[in-house]
Amino acid sequence: MISISVQREDFDVGEEYQRLKADCRTVGGIALFTGLVRDITGNPLTSLQLEHYPGMTEKSLQATAAEALQRWPVADIRIVHRIGELKPGDQIVLVAVSGEHRAAVFSACEFIMDILKTSAPFWKKEVYRDGEGHWVEAKTSDQQRARRWQQD
Amino acid sequence: MKILFFGSLREQLGTGELELRLPDHVQTVSDLVSTLKQRGEQWQQGLGQGQFLCAINQVMTVDTASLSDNDELALFPPVTGG
Repeated sequence: MISISVQREDFDVGEEYQRLKADCRTVGGIALFTGLVRDITGNPLTSLQLEHYPGMTEKSLQATAAEALQRWPVADIRIVHRIGELKPGDQIVLVAVSGEHRAAVFSACEFIMDILKTSAPFWKKEVYRDGEGHWVEAKTSDQQRARRWQQD
Repeated sequence: MKILFFGSLREQLGTGELELRLPDHVQTVSDLVSTLKQRGEQWQQGLGQGQFLCAINQVMTVDTASLSDNDELALFPPVTGG
């Protein structure tokens, strides 16, 4: 089963975990990844603005999760991605995958994050303490990671 | 048709959404972008520099794809979620 949320509100990792855990008796393991807002630029970050394409963003995440379900024997996939204004340390994204065995849930979780980063329509703008803003640019290292999953 | 802009492109163009009738001579996304560039310096600059991606009816496509008047076209810079 796939569940996708694109939302302004924060999420509770414990609750998400419990929901996946309760969902199926044959689940042998759950892999969870959370992405956070970090402050690594020289100019102190006051906020991160996350923009998305309503409709297409949800479809893109749904398609990525569906592909993961096809490629690995996993049970449930949960994706939560936040939008709007976030602060350093805030949670941005959650990808959680449950299944019978660890190899499949690890791979599916990593696959979803790699594809999400390079194909889901989200855009980040960093706003610094001095009022300056800067749109985050796509990284070639992310493209390379996503390409590893391409099948012949 | 409806044209949507996102991220830095939306900011550069000063608008996130445009409603217009598809001009007769316009067949592809790239034809339409050429027409949009004639709207002024801001448009010339925004659409003239860097790489941007396009989606028709919320599906990623290439700029050689054909357009029809009831399409929703979106133009945006490479994505940076996660």
